[in-house]
Amino acid sequence: MKIVVCVKQVPDTWSEKKLDPTTKTLDRDSVDGVMNELDEYAVEEALKIAEATSGEVTVLSMGPAQSTETIRKALSMGADAGIHILDDGLAGSDAIATSLAISKVLEGRGADLIIFGSESTDARMSVIPAMVAERLGVAQLTFANKVEAPGDGSVKIHRLTDYGYDVVEASTPAVISVVEKINEPRYPSFKGIMAAKKKPVETITLADAGIEAATVGLGAAWSEVAEFAAAPARAAGTIVTDEGNGGVKIADYLSEQKFI
Amino acid sequence: MAEILVLVDHVDGSVKKTALELLTLARSLGEPSAVFVGGGIDSAAATLAEYGAVNIYVADDAALTGHVVAPKAELLAQLVAEKSPAAVLITSSAEGKEIAGRLAVKAGSGVITDAVAVSADLVATQSIFGGSTIVQSKVTTGTPVITVRPNSTAPEAAPAAGARSDVSVALSPVATAAKIVDRVEEAKGARPELSEAAVVVSGGRGVGGPEGFEVIEKLADSLGAAVGASRAATDAGWYPHQYQVGQTGKTVSPQLYIANGISGAIQHRAGMQTSKTIIVVNKDPEAPIFELADYGVVGDLFEVVPQLTDEIGKRKA
Ligand SMILES: Cc1cc2nc3c(=O)[nH]c(=O)nc-3n(C[C@H](O)[C@H](O)[C@H](O)COP(=O)(O)OP(=O)(O)OC[C@H]3O[C@@H](n4cnc5c(N)ncnc54)[C@H](O)[C@@H]3O)c2cc1C
Ligand SMILES: Nc1ncnc2c1ncn2[C@@H]1O[C@H](COP(=O)(O)O)[C@@H](O)[C@H]1O
Repeated sequence: MKIVVCVKQVPDTWSEKKLDPTTKTLDRDSVDGVMNELDEYAVEEALKIAEATSGEVTVLSMGPAQSTETIRKALSMGADAGIHILDDGLAGSDAIATSLAISKVLEGRGADLIIFGSESTDARMSVIPAMVAERLGVAQLTFANKVEAPGDGSVKIHRLTDYGYDVVEASTPAVISVVEKINEPRYPSFKGIMAAKKKPVETITLADAGIEAATVGLGAAWSEVAEFAAAPARAAGTIVTDEGNGGVKIADYLSEQKFI
Repeated sequence: MAEILVLVDHVDGSVKKTALELLTLARSLGEPSAVFVGGGIDSAAATLAEYGAVNIYVADDAALTGHVVAPKAELLAQLVAEKSPAAVLITSSAEGKEIAGRLAVKAGSGVITDAVAVSADLVATQSIFGGSTIVQSKVTTGTPVITVRPNSTAPEAAPAAGARSDVSVALSPVATAAKIVDRVEEAKGARPELSEAAVVVSGGRGVGGPEGFEVIEKLADSLGAAVGASRAATDAGWYPHQYQVGQTGKTVSPQLYIANGISGAIQHRAGMQTSKTIIVVNKDPEAPIFELADYGVVGDLFEVVPQLTDEIGKRKA
């Protein structure tokens, strides 16, 4: 089976994120980049399926030059090859443009499964997998906490819902997104890290992918940030130390605020 | 007045509060039309009209609900083409955002997710980076597709005609590619849905174990609240994963959030910082969660929380 896993390099969740005042997009220079934590589960799931079906895993990332670190990490976990969509013209792309670029690059590569994380911790939109499924015209099996892909052209997942889960079936090719808790991502071994250095990473520009520059990047975004500001600080609250009546005091506050 | 399409959340015709919130919001933007997918319109129609739906478009075809997301996006794309609405509003749930994403691609529209407010000129307010930054955004291409977080608008009745019409949609083969073969409901009890609840009572590592969550549940039940948990608590298996609040869990924005035995790590705050009123119980006065508290008690939750539960019981009696 041919599996592509899509990963994004994002600012470390512990770091303070800022918007760049001119482009009104994330200021990526001011923070450390890491692999989107939720994409580690996608890489792990891809590797597990590939191991069980003698498949191969290609890791794909769109992003600035530093994104090679994230691609290398996936390679050192065990992925076979990398694709890096890298072009200054992509900077500031919205979800519409990101899904377009990823889909264009995937077209014609014959992937049986395309696996995503369920959300990027910076954009937090959770829309790219659905958009890519839409653009490629393949089945959408998203928010999976269980995937069965035996390699016979069928795929079955448990899709998490508010009430429990749906069991969903489709034929490959299919887009999958996985939630954390589906597996325990492996740590790259020393051997894996050494091996990753020799694995091929293909760099693809807009021209290589046949994407018109006018359709992606900040200028082509179909939505724009008009203004932004730091959230107003919350007014300092009242903090008391429990002297045996802490519960009653909260109840008083709740009564005052008309919650009870 | 321009039409605003609202995708209705419901369970077999019982309309969710989030749908009433969207209809209320839609009235401030134009003329609300409810889009109702699936069975149960006879029990839902009156409520939708009461909350301002001028039109109700009903699509009751098993294919729409028996497949993942894509059919609903196709239905909405068809309605966008036919009715040329000024905007489409969808609840910011996992599925709502996916529908919005696919619809945006189909309709050639920009999409904004997780709006906490939308102004009359369709500028959406979003709270990003864990609530530290407030952004005003606007869709500049196509029919704006906007997903709105639960609890962003207080539902208000404003009776309208609620004129029903049936819509049929010719689904493409792609739309039915992912078939739902079984729905498994996990026991969830009588508590409200976490992401929609007006009151959320959460427990973290300070709760000490699965038994400790009984104290949290009792407080929640005294307030008719949903129960939430920090990742420390769900990772330890003390409370089911679907109740996790935060960066990698649910985002909640209730009227009242009560955090018990939670330190307030940035990833937890990301999921609850926009709550209107925040109460904290923690024995460590230095816990960063106190920075968010409207009212906080430094103390042992096993003393404070049961006392609070009793007191609420007395006052409600
Ligand atoms: C990528 C990433 C994503 C994450 N996503 C999430 C997420 O979605 N949600 C989330 O919550 N976390 C998330 N985390 C984890 C987060 O960083 C914290 O580890 C977690 O929130 C800590 O949970 P806690 O506050 O319950 O535990 P702790 O930080 O251990 O805090 C426990 C608190 O309980 C208090 N306490 C102890 N005993 C008592 C008592 N008897 N009475 C009163 N108070 C008491 C202590 O003083 C302490 O402040 C994420 C982390 C990463 C790296
Ligand atoms: N620039 C990107 N390159 C590769 N994959 C991406 C990119 N952006 C998002 N993804 C994938 O899409 C998922 C959902 O992202 P999002 O819709 O931004 O929340 C992520 O977990 C990744 O798997």
